[in-house]
Amino acid sequence: MSIRSDFKVYQEGPLHYFDTAASSLTPTSVIKAMNDHYEKRPVNVHRGSYTLSYEATMAYENARKKIASFVNANPEEVIFTSGASHALNMIAYMIGRTIKAGDEIITSELEHHSHFLPWQRVAKEKNAKLKFVDLTKDGEITLDNVLKQVTSKTKVIALTLVSNTFGTKTPIEEIKNAVGEDILVVIDAAQALAHERVDFKTMNVDFMAFSGHKMFGPHGIGVMVGKINHLNTFEPFFLGGEMNDLVTKETVTFKDSPEKFETGTPPIAEAIGLSAAVDYIEKKTYEAMHETTTSLKKEALEKMKALDGIHIYNPNSQGSIILFNIEGVHPHDAASGFDEYHVALRAGHHCAQLVMQWLDVTATLRASFHAYNTKEDVDMLIKAITEVRDFFNGAFA
Amino acid sequence: MTELKTMYRQIILDHYKKPRYKGNLTDDYQLIHMKNPSCGDEITLGVAYNEDGTLDVRHEGSGCSICCASASVMSERVHGISKEKALELSLEFSKMLLNQPFDREGLDEAIAFEGVKDFPARMKCATLSWKALEKAIKEDSNGR
Repeated sequence: MSIRSDFKVYQEGPLHYFDTAASSLTPTSVIKAMNDHYEKRPVNVHRGSYTLSYEATMAYENARKKIASFVNANPEEVIFTSGASHALNMIAYMIGRTIKAGDEIITSELEHHSHFLPWQRVAKEKNAKLKFVDLTKDGEITLDNVLKQVTSKTKVIALTLVSNTFGTKTPIEEIKNAVGEDILVVIDAAQALAHERVDFKTMNVDFMAFSGHKMFGPHGIGVMVGKINHLNTFEPFFLGGEMNDLVTKETVTFKDSPEKFETGTPPIAEAIGLSAAVDYIEKKTYEAMHETTTSLKKEALEKMKALDGIHIYNPNSQGSIILFNIEGVHPHDAASGFDEYHVALRAGHHCAQLVMQWLDVTATLRASFHAYNTKEDVDMLIKAITEVRDFFNGAFA
Repeated sequence: MTELKTMYRQIILDHYKKPRYKGNLTDDYQLIHMKNPSCGDEITLGVAYNEDGTLDVRHEGSGCSICCASASVMSERVHGISKEKALELSLEFSKMLLNQPFDREGLDEAIAFEGVKDFPARMKCATLSWKALEKAIKEDSNGR
């Protein structure tokens, strides 16, 4: 199934886009939903007592309801943020306030910096211990390896649901099931929601975060989802307007979630855009898109394996990412070569330097796939890899 | 691949394969460490001054060919010239990459990097060593 015609960027000129893991492309329907908002009711929410503001508030809150139902959470458990990074920092801050010296936080080397650094800081400031799950040789997190790190002092397990480098998936439901209610489980679901349904209640995790722009939505919006009992008890990170009930010189009382966590003017059009992205996914279905994505990725992987001088770091991953290098060519040099073929992919450490250290490389190339990719894209990727390899090996030999 | 070939001119490839003024960063050198955070290019620049006040610059590090070759070309170009002249050249180098009028003759071999202007994502790779030089000279002036 090709969904390519839903993305106007393809009319701008040749493009073979393999950087979905950084940002997915934006379908026309999402852009239209945001335009409509700005054209028809470009006013603030939760403040005005006039009709237009009421309509904007309804649209914003309906977006929350739709997204909540999409990830199987209650609307009051869904907090809009500026992105997954913002959400993950909020979560680490809120939980971090309850962490004590000697407590243990379990995380992994697969984490994006947004989900590692906030916990690194909590551990440093609270004199808590940061522990890392051993990864399998394919870079996977397993239930057994998580359980090996769990002790009576473990307070938090903070893991990615799908890795942004290997594309591998964490068995989070089993992990939460095994560790029970006393340990808080936090997941970074940003990569997962680009490709598969994520069910908050079934996973039974305590907090999760994701970004709009990795799942066909706009930039500048993300979501923090938290179990309502936690949201009722934890102190919010941001203080300000619209999140409080009563303010005196000495005290403040907070509104209930979600208002409690959304001070300031929220990203209104972006929430509406994200809601349109959810509609888009429901219409095209994860299943159909996943089938296209997987078959293209497999085809590319087989062709790359057949090439000489290509090192693939995640050959057994079932995900939508190929992490690789061209032997003897720095990834940045290679990426400039790809640019000449209009092949857009990522070169660098992918905001995951711990993964690079685990692999013992400074940087890699990353090709990530989605359903707007085509066989022609794959052919061009292979052609670019071959010719870039030959160009640099000829030049540097 | 014309643009790519233009960017990777013979001079760049030659300096990448056979870097000049690389290593031997002894205690005599003021060391500046700089990184290109997006891709992991890393350079340590050693700056010292000859008796007549002219520059003695060496480098060490790892990264893509543009970054490494630029450090080599820069070290060679500024060797034995005054720090004021070196700062001027650094400015001209930046102008070249921003597609602004610049002093072609002064830059000498460093004009090999002119093709980088067509690859904006690589600008930081080419300028990293020049920025390190600027930082070293400024820090030295503050210290005196």
